[in-house]
Amino acid sequence: MNPLALLGGALFGAGVCISGMVRPSKVLGFLDFAGPWDATLLLVMASGLAVTVIAWRMVAGLRTPRFGREFPAPPSPLVDARLVVGAAVFGVGWGLSGYCPGPALVALVAGVPATFVFVAAMLAGMFAVERREQSTRSDA
Amino acid sequence: MHDFTPGHGILGGVLIGLGLAVVLLGSGRIVGLSGITAGLINPHAGGDRTWRASFLLGALAVGAIFELASPTTYDAVAPRPLWLLAIAGVLVGVGTRMANGCTSGHGLCGVARLSKRSLIATITFFAVGVATATLVGRLA
Repeated sequence: MNPLALLGGALFGAGVCISGMVRPSKVLGFLDFAGPWDATLLLVMASGLAVTVIAWRMVAGLRTPRFGREFPAPPSPLVDARLVVGAAVFGVGWGLSGYCPGPALVALVAGVPATFVFVAAMLAGMFAVERREQSTRSDA
Repeated sequence: MHDFTPGHGILGGVLIGLGLAVVLLGSGRIVGLSGITAGLINPHAGGDRTWRASFLLGALAVGAIFELASPTTYDAVAPRPLWLLAIAGVLVGVGTRMANGCTSGHGLCGVARLSKRSLIATITFFAVGVATATLVGRLA
């Protein structure tokens, strides 16, 4: 068990629950511009980004992570078709369902069968891509 | 505005950001929930299982506490039919692996350090997500 990752996950879990992002109906309330619109997701992204921007600033002032060996390498500048097509395919799935990977996994605890269907299909999709290329890459 | 919960959105977003920041600053890892999940199901992903499993465990444990304390945290009924969720799940799984990240890894971690890849991925999945959900919303 990694206590730091456990804490990080706990904070993440609390965040997606409190913000309502574990509810696909709320996420669709943002993504569906034709329906009654709910801007909450925008505030979740903005406040989350405020924290991660500060975190990267702190990284710049540190030589090594407190419990790790090194910080991530600078981001790759490579923008290829695979990135854009992948993001678009994800966007279609997100827009159809209102689920992105983290909140979907957390929502499993509510025991709603539909969430299990979504997550099982998501894992199958991930596994298919992972199998096709056994190479692992650096960014998230 | 429908169902707009700005306070909860901002608090939740800060907690999500903190969850990612703790792991970044502490162990030098960029957290992405799709990457964590894919790393757990891919037998070739190597020895980073412990921190990934710990993060997910933390998130799900807190999610379960919310389910017990406040069941309305979650949707009781999925907003879309099961067949659509199955298709969406595959698309989210395939797309996030192709793009090498999702809302957390690209959207919050990558965008915060102005990674060109993450900026393009995030703009793409948001635009496509909105277009898809809006189209489906009109048809439904």
